Amino acid sequence: MNERWRLLLFVLGALGVAALYVIAFIALPGPDPLRDRYRLAINSRTVPEHNATDAVTAVNFDYRGFDTLGEEFILFVSVMGAMALLRQAEEKKTIELRDAIDASRDVPGSTAIRVWVLAMVAPKVLFGFYIVSHGQLTPGGGFQGGVILATAPLVIYLGAHFKLFKKIVPHTAVDVAEAIGVAGYVIIGMLAFFWGGHTREFLTNVLPMGKAGSPAASGTMPLISLATGLEVAAGFSILLYAFLQELLTKEKPSEQPEQRPEGHA
Amino acid sequence: MIYITSAVAAWLFLIGLYGVVTSRHLIHLCLCLTVVQASTYVLLIGISYRAHAIAPIFSDLPPTTPAVDPVVHALMLTDIVVEATVVALLLAITVQIKKRTGTVDPNHVDILKG
Amino acid sequence: MMPLQLLILALVAVAGTAVVFTREPVMQPVGISFFGLILALMFMAYQAPDVALSQLVIGAVGLPLMILLALARLRRHDE
Repeated sequence: MNERWRLLLFVLGALGVAALYVIAFIALPGPDPLRDRYRLAINSRTVPEHNATDAVTAVNFDYRGFDTLGEEFILFVSVMGAMALLRQAEEKKTIELRDAIDASRDVPGSTAIRVWVLAMVAPKVLFGFYIVSHGQLTPGGGFQGGVILATAPLVIYLGAHFKLFKKIVPHTAVDVAEAIGVAGYVIIGMLAFFWGGHTREFLTNVLPMGKAGSPAASGTMPLISLATGLEVAAGFSILLYAFLQELLTKEKPSEQPEQRPEGHA
Repeated sequence: MIYITSAVAAWLFLIGLYGVVTSRHLIHLCLCLTVVQASTYVLLIGISYRAHAIAPIFSDLPPTTPAVDPVVHALMLTDIVVEATVVALLLAITVQIKKRTGTVDPNHVDILKG
Repeated sequence: MMPLQLLILALVAVAGTAVVFTREPVMQPVGISFFGLILALMFMAYQAPDVALSQLVIGAVGLPLMILLALARLRRHDE
């Protein structure tokens, strides 16, 4: 189907969607007290029940903890898929680092960038840990803090070579860290099987609730937040590692002289 | 109030789909999918908003202050992080397509042709 | 409705249109980074700080980075 027909079909579909949208606008209900029940129920219960002042993290890791577990698995699987698609067949060819040969490919940072990176790495890591550990008190949690933590190896790469990045973020270490993050969430959920009392459901909050306003409050929430932060940070570091390795390495030419090393379609 | 956010969400959705349909570069196609995702975020934020309500954080205010809906926020924030990794997966597929067929124009990629 | 929210919604619509109509591959990360920033501002104006934190780091740093790396990889195949 060539381009014009595709565009015509899209315009017809868009007109249909617009017509349905106008009908939906006209039929929008007014303010309805029944709409607010879930919101009022959760907002009035987070602080008395869990001593958690951040309602969004409480919903994420306690009231709807099972959905967040599913989302973490989606993240895990898509990082695995991207890594599998980007990795070259390492058992057939030996890889040598292109930046050892072609210095213009992996450009080391200037002095200004290096000074800025030195100044920013420690605050980034500290801020990332702060956001992860205070998830149930202030806006934050595992997902946000994990991504902030993952930008620390990124700026290290920006200020130095790829070799330093590989030394600081070794591949096996981040693989293991990501696995520990995902498994930690499931194991914390399984704690309810032993200490749950009479309700032995997966992901019940069984640890002591603590005092409102302290980072150790709300039972299992800070632990789940730490596990999630570890997993997200390791996942993004793996993605960065895979993309950079795919970009900056090349295959060694094999022994037969007539075989072209790369570049064929 | 909700009319205007829904209208912006509809506009983003349709313009993103238009970008997907008439795209000539696979990376541009992935970015237009990001715009379609953003339209769902705008719609969900419009649903969760209540006038004159605070953010659902009660560290300095009493828990009985009217706040916006936290369940919708919880849906959105995991969604944002997960969709970023899915876009990374799509970009990895793009790199593989370029390796195998030599082109990134979606009109000329004919892997599925019989 | 506050005028700040109206203004930011208009900016979101304009930024989304700009992302779609940028055909040059090298200019696309700039557009998507700006779009991510405007979305994060919109989340703040609608009283959603958690979502704004998430969107800020992902949309302004993570996504343009991956696009740039993919573009560099594609360009390396051209030579």
